[in-house]
Amino acid sequence: MEETTSVRQAAVELSDLDTLEAESIHVIREVVAEFEHPVMLFSGGKDSVLMLHLARKAFRPAPVPFPIMHVDTGHNFPEVIEFRDRTVAELGLRLEVASVQERIDSGRIKVEHPLESRNRHQTVALLEGIQEGGFDAVFGGGRRDEDKARAKERVLSFRDRFGQWDPKNQRPELWRLYNGRHRKGEHIRVFPISDWTELDVWRYLAREQVDLPRIYFAHEREVVEVEGLLMAVNEFFPLPEGREVKRQMVRYRTVGDATATGAVSSTATDYEAVIDETAISRITERGATRGDDRFSEAAMEDRKKEGYF
Amino acid sequence: MSGLLRIATAGSVDDGKSTLIGRLLHDTKSIFEDQMASIERTSVARGDEHTDLALLTDGLRAEREQGITIDVAHRYFATPRRKFVIADTPGHIQYTRNMVTGASTANLALLLVDARKGVLEQTRRHSLLASLLRVPHLILCVNKMDLVDYDRGIYDEIRAEFGAFAAKLEITDLGFVPISALAGDNVVTRSENMPWFDGQPLLGQLEDVHIASDRNLVDNRFPVQTVIRPQSAEHADYRGYAGSIVGGIFKQGDEVMVLPSRKVSTIAQIDTPNGVVEQAFPPMAVTMLLEDELDISRGDMICRPSNQPTANRRFEAMVCWFDETSTLRTGVPYQLKHTTRWISAEVEALRYALNVDTLHRDLEAETLEVNDIGRVTIYANSPLFFDEYRLNRTTGSFILVDPATNLTVGAGMIIGAAGESTIAAPEPIVAENITFHPSKLTREERWAALETSGATIWMTGLSGSGKSTIATAVEHSLVSDGHSAYMLDGDNLRHGLNANLGFSESDRAENVRRVGAVARILAESGSIAIVSLVSPYKAERDKVRVAHEETGIPFYEVFVDTPLQECERRDPKGLYAKARAGEITDLTGVGSPYEAPVSPELKTDAELEVAVRQVLRLLA
Repeated sequence: MEETTSVRQAAVELSDLDTLEAESIHVIREVVAEFEHPVMLFSGGKDSVLMLHLARKAFRPAPVPFPIMHVDTGHNFPEVIEFRDRTVAELGLRLEVASVQERIDSGRIKVEHPLESRNRHQTVALLEGIQEGGFDAVFGGGRRDEDKARAKERVLSFRDRFGQWDPKNQRPELWRLYNGRHRKGEHIRVFPISDWTELDVWRYLAREQVDLPRIYFAHEREVVEVEGLLMAVNEFFPLPEGREVKRQMVRYRTVGDATATGAVSSTATDYEAVIDETAISRITERGATRGDDRFSEAAMEDRKKEGYF
Repeated sequence: MSGLLRIATAGSVDDGKSTLIGRLLHDTKSIFEDQMASIERTSVARGDEHTDLALLTDGLRAEREQGITIDVAHRYFATPRRKFVIADTPGHIQYTRNMVTGASTANLALLLVDARKGVLEQTRRHSLLASLLRVPHLILCVNKMDLVDYDRGIYDEIRAEFGAFAAKLEITDLGFVPISALAGDNVVTRSENMPWFDGQPLLGQLEDVHIASDRNLVDNRFPVQTVIRPQSAEHADYRGYAGSIVGGIFKQGDEVMVLPSRKVSTIAQIDTPNGVVEQAFPPMAVTMLLEDELDISRGDMICRPSNQPTANRRFEAMVCWFDETSTLRTGVPYQLKHTTRWISAEVEALRYALNVDTLHRDLEAETLEVNDIGRVTIYANSPLFFDEYRLNRTTGSFILVDPATNLTVGAGMIIGAAGESTIAAPEPIVAENITFHPSKLTREERWAALETSGATIWMTGLSGSGKSTIATAVEHSLVSDGHSAYMLDGDNLRHGLNANLGFSESDRAENVRRVGAVARILAESGSIAIVSLVSPYKAERDKVRVAHEETGIPFYEVFVDTPLQECERRDPKGLYAKARAGEITDLTGVGSPYEAPVSPELKTDAELEVAVRQVLRLLA
């Protein structure tokens, strides 16, 4: 009797990745059950790919029961757009595009320079997209290990009717009892992968052999080094005067606005190699690749308060 | 790599908590160079003498500017053996609210004391909260050992003092480590400065903490989150109940019961994100398929027919109040979220407010304000399916939301069901406008006509002492001889008459009162009532005796005096094993007192046959 019990004990434990997976799926199901119109943000970046993958597993064999939304800056990596469209077609998803370019063209967003980073302008497009779609819950792929302000973020995070976040007045979140109650016009941001680290994401995507845009793996690209960032030279990022283009093996750790997202030097052409590089990396992914997070200590906090994801 | 360990840290800046977290992150290579450079810049700009590692966790602008921590911050690190999530809770501002939040999901609480200052009021407060939230493991770090010359005597003294305090709380696993977070002694590597310490350094202890058995793997509980019905030809008949297992081990082929409908079916299949499995356990997220087509929806609870949670609209709970803009009000509706259900509920009564510093219970308290903790009686619009928080942190917890603001205003931990009569006090309520209807038959006429005489035999003793075995044999013997006799067994009555009672002192008292009243009615009718009930408190048994004597009905108290060791060796219900494992904490004789009768009519530790004869002789 005693022996069987101990054998059973050993067999009823989950690995750390399985625990993270179970917790994320719990959150996704909870939100789908309680909200009327959820939507999942999907950029084609690895975190949103992970989130969508978890959503598929949460409702299998039924299809993903909500649409996805891409906040499109217009400054895209073509590989990522191609990946997005392929994913939508394969899974039969409904795609909403909240376009920054359209809003620039119609004058609702003012830009000083066509090639300035549009990360900040995404907020306007995002909030309008949420409002126009009548969405009451918005899944985002934010992780608490990404940034100091995100470390303070709840799993279900309240946004007022202006889409704004009040970090000093957040609802306490206990156990797994999420409070998503809100009035009409307000909404809730949901971060199901809050507790995953960059390394967890890579280990899990590798385990599941999830398809990612090719730019996440090492490839040869024409780049120029600007303030420590390796910027791809293309229509969104013309070669600065007096600088020389280098052709080298790079990969992207994050995917954002093409004018502000840098690559890292890498030889990792598959998952295993990326995990090895990630495990020994000494620079955060946003610090290594995002020009827009370098403005100040509180760059992310300020953007989040305005409604950024 | 083994599972995930969630840690809640508590302490003030002065204790060196941030330095310790910084040290753990730094020494496990979890701080990135750009993060380090950034906090160095801020430290220099602020004019700090040293780089302030607290900046790693102080994420908000206001926190950095004011040098305080406002909100719970989450930090992550991993070793080749384990992944860790630290919920770092500030020590001063909103300490209760934040500590309670961080502790609610924590496997382990990490408390710090300054070796120079020893155990402070704050240390006691934080350990009380950890114990209240049932964080299963606690490690006390005696920090700044470098400032007391690594003196073993000082460490031993603090350890002894805290150990004595912690013994009063319900902390099942307590660890100690002398460290210097600043110098790195005993944090990641063993300190050469403290050769006298033969334990593991902190990180080793964190890697080794065994949490798998902290889950309740005995009581099967599965709250349904949502129903999965693919509207496709391929899966036309698929109807799965999705949710997370929060207790027990569910197996394919198990018979299960669905609450509240109480319909019974069999598990046909358990789907998980990674395929079909034969068994599922906490915290797995699964989709369950049943053999029968039942009407099941979100908020229903799947359990075993033989092991159901308590179902009650009224229950007792400890509540922590979170809202700064309102205070706890009785008699107004709140929205209560429990497992996957929202229910309208009101606080019926505030029993007392708990002073977390002195443990004093303020019975006069009229409300709870932000950061206050108190015991309340809650009345819900429909029955809740719950377990005591101590047995299950998921089915025993809830939050309260103010329907006017949608804010989460309180969090609660369920103590147990509350009976009608236990709302005000364990004393029965004496109804003023009810007059007693005397029966037209007198007792003498009744007993004479039936050729019988009633009495109550009250068997008291520890669980496993043999009360029920003796009672059953006595009942059998009497009935075989043509007497009217009926056994009232404590366990059996808890399924019906006393289903809404738990094992708190007041509930045990109420249990005895009810059984005593039923026994008296049976005896009055001419039967021999044979009560088999632990009934640990002398005062409550004596009340039953008095009630019998006042009405002239014979009352025989039988003390089944089997020694505790023998009861524990027998352990027919496995209760002692559970109590020793910390799964139940108030078992009579282990965590809860037994007051032996002073002058019972019979005291016996004899073998069954002898004991039965002794009992029957009382009636002769």
